[in-house]
Amino acid sequence: MNEFLSQEVPLSWYLLLSAVLFSLGVVGFLIKRNLITIFMSIELMLNGVNLSFVTFAQQWHTVKGQIFVFFVMMVAAAEAAVGLAIIIAVFRARATLAVDRIDRMKL
Amino acid sequence: MHLILFIVFAGFCLAGAINLLLQSHPINSALSLIVVMVSLAVLYLLLGAEFLAVAQVIVYAGAIMVLFTFVIMLLNASREERTLGSRAALRVGFPAVVAILAIIATVILHTQGLGVARLSDGITSTEELSAVLFTKLLLPFEVTSVLILIAILGAVAMAGHEEQGTGNRDQGSEKVSERTGEK
Repeated sequence: MNEFLSQEVPLSWYLLLSAVLFSLGVVGFLIKRNLITIFMSIELMLNGVNLSFVTFAQQWHTVKGQIFVFFVMMVAAAEAAVGLAIIIAVFRARATLAVDRIDRMKL
Repeated sequence: MHLILFIVFAGFCLAGAINLLLQSHPINSALSLIVVMVSLAVLYLLLGAEFLAVAQVIVYAGAIMVLFTFVIMLLNASREERTLGSRAALRVGFPAVVAILAIIATVILHTQGLGVARLSDGITSTEELSAVLFTKLLLPFEVTSVLILIAILGAVAMAGHEEQGTGNRDQGSEKVSERTGEK
């Protein structure tokens, strides 16, 4: 039981998980047809990248990677606010969220 | 213990991400994204990033996802229609995704000298983080606050009422009815 408690996880597993999360985000970006869900896929990609930042911060015992994640979070919050505002504006003009019907640059 | 926690929460993470892709209703996708974010917070904690774990829950799972669900309910988003996406996405996108994932995985698995994560590694305290953030990186930190201020102004300007823009809006809805009429 004691050696089981002290069991360690290779950092490459964390990196693989982050790569898979990023790829799932890209796949979502490609297959989803709803503006909001596409936006959520972008957040998923950001989270995947954040995980690899934290993993490398742990690998080299430095705080720089964590600070980078902190900035990514702040920018993601700003991005979400502006992006959702744009989505609301698009919905007002077009009354739809399906990207196939939002195919003109002009509102 | 670490291994168990990693497997459980990595599993939650992947399940949530895959569920996000499979669900056709945006609100279900948003809820599964919250699952992904909370389990990522646990993984951050396992990697010794206590401040980020808390910030992940508060900022991502709390603020950003509440914004998402709020907008989904505000716009009354319905089920999305399934289309297979564009041909370009099918022919170039998916092979590219698979290729990128394969390349990254090979590089990671062949990298020598990657360490291991243990529970006994100790955690990076918030104090250490803030010492760097408020001395060396004070200027970027303040610039980010300006960025957020600009984002707030932009969001209000974009989503707020436009009194003089009603004519425009009528035109827009006309166009929409035209387009739906075509179909």
